[in-house]
Amino acid sequence: MKKTYKIEVDCANCANLMEEATKKTAGVADATVNFMTQKMIVEFEDGQDAKAVMKDVLKACKKVEPDCEIEL
Amino acid sequence: MNKKQKKMLYRILITAAMVLVLNLIPIEGVLQLTLYLAAYLVIGYDILRKAGKGILNRRMFDENFLMAVATVGAFALAIYSGSGDYNEAIAVMLFYQIGELFQSYAVGKSRKNISALMDIRPDYANVERDGKLEQADPDEVEIGSIIVVQPGEKVPLDGIVTEGTASLNTSALTGESLPRDVKPGDEIISGCINMTGVLKVRTTKAFGESTVSKILELVENSSSRKSKSENFISKFAKVYTPAVCYGALALAILPPLVQMLFLGQTAQWSVWIYRALTFLVISCPCALVISIPLSFFAGIGGAGKAGILIKGSNYMETLSQAKYVVFDKTGTLTQGVFEVSAVHHNKMDEKKLLEYAALAECASSHPISKSIRKAYGKEIDRNRVTKIQEISGHGILAKVDGQEVAAGNSKLMERLHVKYRDCHKVGTIIHMAVDGEYAGHIVISDLVKPHAKEAVAELKKAGVKKTVMLTGDAGRVAEQVAETLGIDEVYSELLPADKVEKVEELLAKKSEKEKLAFVGDGINDAPVLTRADIGIAMGAMGSDAAIEAADVVLMDDDPQKIAKAIGISRKCLRIVYQNIVFALVVKFACLGLGALGIANMWAAIFADVGVMILAILNAIRALRVQNL
Repeated sequence: MKKTYKIEVDCANCANLMEEATKKTAGVADATVNFMTQKMIVEFEDGQDAKAVMKDVLKACKKVEPDCEIEL
Repeated sequence: MNKKQKKMLYRILITAAMVLVLNLIPIEGVLQLTLYLAAYLVIGYDILRKAGKGILNRRMFDENFLMAVATVGAFALAIYSGSGDYNEAIAVMLFYQIGELFQSYAVGKSRKNISALMDIRPDYANVERDGKLEQADPDEVEIGSIIVVQPGEKVPLDGIVTEGTASLNTSALTGESLPRDVKPGDEIISGCINMTGVLKVRTTKAFGESTVSKILELVENSSSRKSKSENFISKFAKVYTPAVCYGALALAILPPLVQMLFLGQTAQWSVWIYRALTFLVISCPCALVISIPLSFFAGIGGAGKAGILIKGSNYMETLSQAKYVVFDKTGTLTQGVFEVSAVHHNKMDEKKLLEYAALAECASSHPISKSIRKAYGKEIDRNRVTKIQEISGHGILAKVDGQEVAAGNSKLMERLHVKYRDCHKVGTIIHMAVDGEYAGHIVISDLVKPHAKEAVAELKKAGVKKTVMLTGDAGRVAEQVAETLGIDEVYSELLPADKVEKVEELLAKKSEKEKLAFVGDGINDAPVLTRADIGIAMGAMGSDAAIEAADVVLMDDDPQKIAKAIGISRKCLRIVYQNIVFALVVKFACLGLGALGIANMWAAIFADVGVMILAILNAIRALRVQNL
């Protein structure tokens, strides 16, 4: 399952870090952060609850870039 | 400017004012330190906080950390040496923040500009309900509804015109400035702008399936596919920042130790620590990290405006290296509009032969079948035809009025062991056999596209080594077309599967760095489009299959756009390399100068912010594609 989220992030490097962090989160199969369109595309592993996973994703992202926002 | 940016602007102004005043009034000692520290905190508190958080989260080496260490270090040095010169630490932080603000503003602005270029999303659809016009969300309009498009409005959904005539501006989709006229019965594509009359349109697709949604989706996802240069930069940044930090550490410790222990001189700790701090300031990788994706985004945006959709920065990169261009003939270099030009060697009446051919071909959507039906010109009674059997790459077998009819190329005749007579005319030849007897052949010719010749010449000028044409057509037709257009190599009489094989052969022959592009009309080329290094589909307006299979989509069917697409990608990549080289050269030069003690922290911060600003401005150049 793939979902797209709107994000808010100021710098391109931070976007890369967010992508890394999201990819490492449990339940996420793959993720792409698009700095230019300020969007994040997350592919979840089968049988995962997107909402619960995204909470962890947000936490992981906040860790690498405290200023970022993800619209859940 | 958004809220965050405004806040930053105020902080910058307040700090600048504070520093100015503090430099004018004569204060000394602890009071001076406290006031300067206050100014420093106003401008830098968030950096310090982020750096602290980074350490807690074990992500030490980011630019916040670099800045925090450099400025706190500069402060400590000023206190230690008792010079009372705290300006430097504050100035570094101030310029760093100004740079960040500019970056965020410029990037935000260009992001908006580029997005606005591709703003083809319709806001509403006028739906007629109970005789009154209502504005509805395009998402909620059902298939088969009648919508009204007034002059000046965007066509919100794909459909068929039922009433009215108008000129449409398709430039947002195709980059083509010539308006397109539509009349009742014509297909109409969402995203065009109605310029003249009122149109009533019966929708044929839901919004999510409409052309405009497909394109928007494609554009929005395009920069998600990262190019090699982008991946290189992310990897580079990951290695580079820690490397510089350790370098700085070594610079602060090793030379003083060497001087003290081996050369018997004084250690000069403060000098070397200062140099190490300068080192840290120079090292921020921002200019690189920001300008590369921005260049690609601008390039993709500019191409989009010209009616060329590039599905990702990786394709932009591959396209710029295209040295071999392989064309499909029909619909790509020729118009794909066939006309029956002659009927030869017929034993039965010419009309009768055409009638049989049209009936046999009644189920096929191939352009050749269409042209035969058009030449027949009458309504087709499908009840007269049974047992239609299509043999791919050969032709059609069918029973018409109880007689066995075969219509196809010479291979089909050979297969059926029917003696056929070749034609002296150039064109596609459809041989006919009725009940196993040769019944004559139909000559069908196709017209070369108006700009095809120029397109091939332009490709050559753009540095393409070889142009190749693949076609299912007979050798003579193919050679004649290739000769008129100036194409280097021709392979004819290929079945769809042979095309893939030929492309694979060509792929194996060339070197790794030279890329092969395949250009097709996307109707039956999907396997080849995917197999080539880069697949280009033409005339994609309304054809979903082409949009899916290709990496680059040309919205109209002008072959000249191929050269333009390559030109755009080359320019974009040139800018990317310029930025990489420029940023790295300036950075390493400054690092060298900093280590030698020639560049101080002021120079360092100017180098950092300056390089970034220039790189961003350069990146935005990729947006200008009109003259390519």
